[in-house]
Amino acid sequence: MIYSIEVKIKEDFFDSHREGLKRDILDLGISSVQAVEVAQIYFLKGEVSEKDLKKICINLLTDPLTQEFKISASLSQQACSAGEFIFVVAYNPGVMDPWEESTLKGIRDLGIEGIEAIRTAKKYVLKGILTQKELNFILDKLLVNKTVQHILAKDTDFIFGNPEYKFKLITVDILSADKKKLREISLQGQLFLNDAEMFQIKKYFEKIRRNPTDCELETIAQTWSEHCKHKTLRGRIEYREVTSNQRRLVKKINNLLKETIMKVTEELHKPWCVSVFKDNSGVIRFDEDYNICFKVETHNHPSALEPYGGANTGIGGVIRDPLGTGLGAKPIANTDVFCFGPPDYPYGKLPPGTLHPKRIMKGVVAGVRDYGNKMGIPTVNGAVIFDECYIGNPLVYCGTIGLIPKDKSFKKVVPGDLIVLVGGRTGRDGIHGATFSSAELTVESEKISASAVQMGNPITEKKMVDTLLKARDLGLYHAITDCGGGGLSSAVGEMGENCGARVDLDKVPLKYKGLSYTEIWISEAQERMILAVPEKNLDRLLEIFEQENVEASVIGEFTNDKHLRLFYTGNLVCDLEMEFLHHGLPDIVRKAVWEKKKFPEPRFPCPEDLNNILLKILSSYNVCSKEWIIRQYDHEVQGGSVIKPLVGINNDGPSDAAVIRPRLDSPKGIVISCGINPKYGEIDPYWMAGSCIDEALRQIIAVGGSLKEVAILDNFCWGNTNKPDRLGSLVRCAFGCYTMAKDYGVPFISGKDSLNNEYKIGKKSISIPGTLLISAIGIIEDVSHCITLDLKNPKNLIYIVGETFPELGGSEYYHLLGYLGNSVPQVNPKKGRRLMEALSRAINKGLVLSCHDCSEGGIGVTLAEMAFSGGWGMEIFLGEVPYKIKNLRNDFILFSESNTRFIVEVERKKKKEFEKELRGIPLGLLGCVSEDRFLKIYGVDGKMIICLDIDTLKEAWQSPLKL
Amino acid sequence: MRKPKVIVLRTAGTNCDGETAFAFERVGARTELVHINQIIRKEKSLLEYDILAIPGGFTYGDDISAGKILANELKYILREELESFLREKRPIIGICNGFQVLVKAGILPGNGFKQKVTLTYNDSGKFEDRWVYLRTPEHQSTSAPVKCIWTKNLPEIIELPVAHGEGKFVADKEVIEELKKNGQIVFQYVDREGNLAGYPYNPNGSLESIAGICDETGLILGLMPHPERHIDYLQHPRWVRERHFGKGDGLKIFRNGVEYVKKNL
Repeated sequence: MIYSIEVKIKEDFFDSHREGLKRDILDLGISSVQAVEVAQIYFLKGEVSEKDLKKICINLLTDPLTQEFKISASLSQQACSAGEFIFVVAYNPGVMDPWEESTLKGIRDLGIEGIEAIRTAKKYVLKGILTQKELNFILDKLLVNKTVQHILAKDTDFIFGNPEYKFKLITVDILSADKKKLREISLQGQLFLNDAEMFQIKKYFEKIRRNPTDCELETIAQTWSEHCKHKTLRGRIEYREVTSNQRRLVKKINNLLKETIMKVTEELHKPWCVSVFKDNSGVIRFDEDYNICFKVETHNHPSALEPYGGANTGIGGVIRDPLGTGLGAKPIANTDVFCFGPPDYPYGKLPPGTLHPKRIMKGVVAGVRDYGNKMGIPTVNGAVIFDECYIGNPLVYCGTIGLIPKDKSFKKVVPGDLIVLVGGRTGRDGIHGATFSSAELTVESEKISASAVQMGNPITEKKMVDTLLKARDLGLYHAITDCGGGGLSSAVGEMGENCGARVDLDKVPLKYKGLSYTEIWISEAQERMILAVPEKNLDRLLEIFEQENVEASVIGEFTNDKHLRLFYTGNLVCDLEMEFLHHGLPDIVRKAVWEKKKFPEPRFPCPEDLNNILLKILSSYNVCSKEWIIRQYDHEVQGGSVIKPLVGINNDGPSDAAVIRPRLDSPKGIVISCGINPKYGEIDPYWMAGSCIDEALRQIIAVGGSLKEVAILDNFCWGNTNKPDRLGSLVRCAFGCYTMAKDYGVPFISGKDSLNNEYKIGKKSISIPGTLLISAIGIIEDVSHCITLDLKNPKNLIYIVGETFPELGGSEYYHLLGYLGNSVPQVNPKKGRRLMEALSRAINKGLVLSCHDCSEGGIGVTLAEMAFSGGWGMEIFLGEVPYKIKNLRNDFILFSESNTRFIVEVERKKKKEFEKELRGIPLGLLGCVSEDRFLKIYGVDGKMIICLDIDTLKEAWQSPLKL
Repeated sequence: MRKPKVIVLRTAGTNCDGETAFAFERVGARTELVHINQIIRKEKSLLEYDILAIPGGFTYGDDISAGKILANELKYILREELESFLREKRPIIGICNGFQVLVKAGILPGNGFKQKVTLTYNDSGKFEDRWVYLRTPEHQSTSAPVKCIWTKNLPEIIELPVAHGEGKFVADKEVIEELKKNGQIVFQYVDREGNLAGYPYNPNGSLESIAGICDETGLILGLMPHPERHIDYLQHPRWVRERHFGKGDGLKIFRNGVEYVKKNL
């Protein structure tokens, strides 16, 4: 029996979700919907008495004050009267329904037995005169995501149903396959292996004289996937660089990562780097008792298809990285950086199969919000970039910082250890996620790769974290890793790389029946970790998990035979040598070319009205306030926040970086920031790397940090790097990373790449611009010396620190006028380092009251943000800016985006001391904080060029992203 | 003198337990984080403790409605034990999700385990983290004096952060009148000057701007804002500007609870 229960907000009660939906429909340009109704549906499967059913409704499912319920027989067949459209949207079979487990528990707590399964759905009623086309538009754009949902037809039975699985060993004939056939096997199996790799596999099985099983092929595909092996960045590259003056550089690269990113760390050799590029996250020293680890991941493809689930599992996944580092770190902060298409992009221009940027943004933000908040991890830092290039391929970067006791920072699997799977159950969700991420998206992606998308359940993960950390502190296991891309296949494969492993796949607990042995092995179901547990500790370990309702199962053991052997009900389904699996990848030389493009430098006179320009730049999506997003994140849970993302007199100014105290009883803190600027990369990825690193470091200095113990992370999101031009720009970017990080003295400790971010329309493939994200983390000895950007008091002096050059290529100013330009901001890291060190000393001596770095929008935006965040005006003289501009132009000085610049506020009585501290550093005394609420800027000729009151400035900055 | 013992009750999805315990320890209590299963399985008893704290978080994912499933566990499984705890006049504090639990279990505003008021979706339709100004009981506009043991000697206005998606206080008119009459409205959202005001000062659309209430005895306090997130100045959003170094507004609430136990139990 299936009972359908409908719960909705009482008619006369304000329903914010209903109102939100109405607004969203209007947003689509449809004004004929008069009223909407939203109801929550519960399908209960089982047998209970009518009395008990009522009890469930009254005592569990309905709020007595605000809601009412209805028990209905055949919900899906409700008749629609004229002008009324009713439909029920349910999750597809196999998609995780996070409410199922908790609702079942709630029913058991009432003392009612008899309900065996639950699915939930949403019912919508739209009232108004709508054409079928309009209705479909609303369904498609707002209410139904076919990847994970469908409109319920008559039959509700099937949403519970899953057929039994009958074991049958499948082998794939590759011994007799030719090149064409091999290609077909790779394509049909969604293996995403290239010709050379398929041939290598064939050779291996020829050697051992048998055909592989499907499971063996899958295991190899997962292990060799770009997602797991990073074969492009670690592989051989033949790089050619052609610059404009016909200079050519040809370089053979054996391993790009080792020769750039990792080389910085090796050469800097910082004693506080504890574990780098080895574990699931990079580890640095925090204090005598603890280390800090940090990892940033991307979840781009899943977020393009199902923004909520994609982002949700993106953050869920990266949380498990610190948790899977050493013997497990406690997650203490999250970061998130997104790249979207513009939210006002016309619907008519959207490529087929893509979701509108606004929907992607709302979904992604909600996904990160719900997972991070429910895990109780503060989301403290981030950035959002809007550009049309991301219409088909949004980027979602999620990072997690963890705190780990010093003596728990390393792991080692011992042969004989039992393999224990802990956390969530395994379902058909996320099959082929790792290999799918190697594919280009197309209009078909949402159909063929739908199973690659998953929904997360943060509470399952939270329970797991709570109990794992207990088990860790009791020393009950030798090693831990997360089940991420590639599922068990990658997790067990990696942990057993040096010894060997055997797994009984039928011991893996399943969400529902019907999974084949291969599906179990490669499922990327969320919220699972793998432990290596000595047998003597097993009972105690299982008891700890059991106490808090966390599932844990022994599924196999680590061996000493250097083989990976998998069994299903006693049948051998996979037997691979670890050596081949991990080191059998063919050595492919990839070609990379970077050709310096010369973009025209625009010629135009300085506009008369710079007030208007400044307001427009403040209103651009890239510069404007992101408060709408930030407030939805709990950025204060755990109590450690010291410098919040929003600061200033009204708690709404844009903080440069976040500072938190991981231990509430210590003044020691960490500072977190990031740098991203893809526009510069379109001109020259080398200088994009420079700018990203400079920006991330600037932000650390601006809140009172120093360069002494700062580590950085790289995340490369690129197009299809099998194409030489894409790979060429990546190589050049990596060279930039090397030089800048080396000269700034900041080591890389971890990184990740996501390639193949392209969207295919017909034959045409649209690539994202190569997008580098630099995330930075630094240690602060005493957080009570930190400062913020908001102006503090009238009469104080305003300085600019650093030089301004005519660098407007890729700037917001040029963008506003419709130009890209060629003069991309460069960096002199040796000078930059001296400058930042001097400024950092001055801040720590208490000589600076506020500080803000100059980035997008240049000095103009920096001054405006400091003014309206502090509630004071300023009088500024541009003639005092230390500049290297031949053709003196007010607009260039105001909006140039030159790196390594800061605006600071200094008390008059500290003038001498401050200037002494910054001796030898380019410095300009620009003016002072005024008592009125006007930002007044005088040009190089002494005439007033900007005069705006701070409320107008703030309104321009706040209004675009109030959704 | 013996240190008052606080149980910080945890379950799946609790996430403000650590900092809540830290706040209690700061004011001289001993604390223990206890999973509800340990109580249900009789490994521990509520009666071993002087104060019960139900911290913030998303218990059981806030599925169905915030705090509902934990509320039902208290109401249907741990009822007897809770009744004994209440009979012995031991204080209880529910913060954010803990407040939602107390309300939905029918422990606040009155005991009897029948839900009389609710906390529902914010008018803004989304989760929000922001700092609010709260008018404290001794300075309320409501008629009757408030006798809450947790809120003695607070300044007229205090600042705490809220971080929730379901914090809108809703009750029938008569119930609100009764709360006023009995002096049970403990905290109201106000603006900087202390006046009742609209969004964002009232961050969720709560009726009568109600942010926290107590029961008739004054022993049980429930509030949406997070006092444990303002126990020292470094947690305040404008400490760099205003430089009022020292303790945070929230600490006194914990101290009041602990002092009460020292004097009375």
